[in-house]
Amino acid sequence: MTVARRELASYFATPVAYVFIVIFLVMSGALTFTVGGFFARGTADLQPFFAFVPWLFLFLVPAITMRLWAEERRLGTIELLLTLPIAQWQAVLGKFLAAWAFCAIALALTFPLIITVNVLGDPDNGVIAAGYLGCLMVAGAYLAIGVAISALTKNQVIAFVLAVAVCFLFAAAGSPVVIEFLSRNTPVLAEIARGLSVTDRLAAFSRGVIALRDVIFFISFIGVWLFANAIAVDLRKAD
Amino acid sequence: MDAPHIEIDRLTKRFGAFTAVDDVTFTVRAGEVLGFLGPNGAGKSTTMKMLAGFVTPTAGTARIMGEDVVERPVQAKRHLGFLPEGAPTYPEMTVQGFLAFTARARGYRGSEAADRVHDAMRMTQLEEVRLQPIETLSKGFKRRVGLAQALLHDPPVLVLDEPTDGLDPNQKHEVRNLIARMAPSKAMIISTHILEEVGAVCTRAIVIARGRVVADATPAELAQRGPDLDTVFRELTREAA
Repeated sequence: MTVARRELASYFATPVAYVFIVIFLVMSGALTFTVGGFFARGTADLQPFFAFVPWLFLFLVPAITMRLWAEERRLGTIELLLTLPIAQWQAVLGKFLAAWAFCAIALALTFPLIITVNVLGDPDNGVIAAGYLGCLMVAGAYLAIGVAISALTKNQVIAFVLAVAVCFLFAAAGSPVVIEFLSRNTPVLAEIARGLSVTDRLAAFSRGVIALRDVIFFISFIGVWLFANAIAVDLRKAD
Repeated sequence: MDAPHIEIDRLTKRFGAFTAVDDVTFTVRAGEVLGFLGPNGAGKSTTMKMLAGFVTPTAGTARIMGEDVVERPVQAKRHLGFLPEGAPTYPEMTVQGFLAFTARARGYRGSEAADRVHDAMRMTQLEEVRLQPIETLSKGFKRRVGLAQALLHDPPVLVLDEPTDGLDPNQKHEVRNLIARMAPSKAMIISTHILEEVGAVCTRAIVIARGRVVADATPAELAQRGPDLDTVFRELTREAA
């Protein structure tokens, strides 16, 4: 994937990548050990870490996707990219995969946490692996949203704010406040909200449950947003 | 006779109520260098963008080496070298990195890709800056990076949107020489609003105004229609307006 390679290299050619990774590592570590009560809980697992990751991603993922199409549009390079002999879906997929690989690198760099729990206790590493898979899925879902929104605008700030808002909808959909409110008035909507919640599904992963339907949910969620992305690029490339 | 390299067939583009390109038809054969002239906003860039497969036509189509740009865009783009308006490039990449990316996107790998990149840099005299990030280069160099990208795969069809815009006289001269050297084997469309350029490099000129073709002749024929090319151009584009 030529486009994915170029995009991934371009993350590391600018300070964006390093700022992102450092902030992610510092924040995830700090939240896990302080607010998450990593030591006070007295259990050797990464539950507090997995609880914070979707909320960190909520802000950090749109920060890495905001430029993907908005920047191409601003510089005019979108004209260059889309007149190369590659299909449009290849460009869309390439950008998404580069961003996903980048998130995977950031997640992989949290490995000291795994070492820490293994030194301190005897955790179930299978559960931890499932939790990481869940985080990667959540990252993929947010990225797909973020890249699609980036295709709608030339302005990176708008792309960022909109992406955070939309990701927040899917992150908060399963929260007790929302579910309680909806089930009091319209129980049907509460069910739908619960079904669309990415955080609920991550909770299952972090308990070590990799359900096929959750994996299918994430894959189709990403697919739908990438499809929307291709349409957005097609419709708006002329302006 | 062989089919023309470029066929533009009743090409039309509307943006809402505004018709940017209105039923434009022409062909370009190998060996022809077509100067594409017109005032700003006449529809030059939009026509070129449709030919390059970037903008989807409202009606009509175009073919490059017989491949329809709407029906078979990827095949059509393989035969095309395109310099978009303003020669956009990725600023954070080095010249060599950027050209290597376009070479890969065009399907070249390994030593063949390296050779292509090297040849393109030699033709456009970019070797001395090959490891510099593009954002640190002057306008003339940036334009040449855009040209190098368009020439890299030695395409039979070249579409260059204002290739000499923003260059100093020496650089303009170099680019014109480059175009003249490549001319015999290729079909080229060059948009410009510098009229002297048409006489210098083009074998044929099309004048477009308000989205319509208002003249199609050799530069010499065009010049004979009035005291000089400038006057003829103004007359032609005013009639249409």
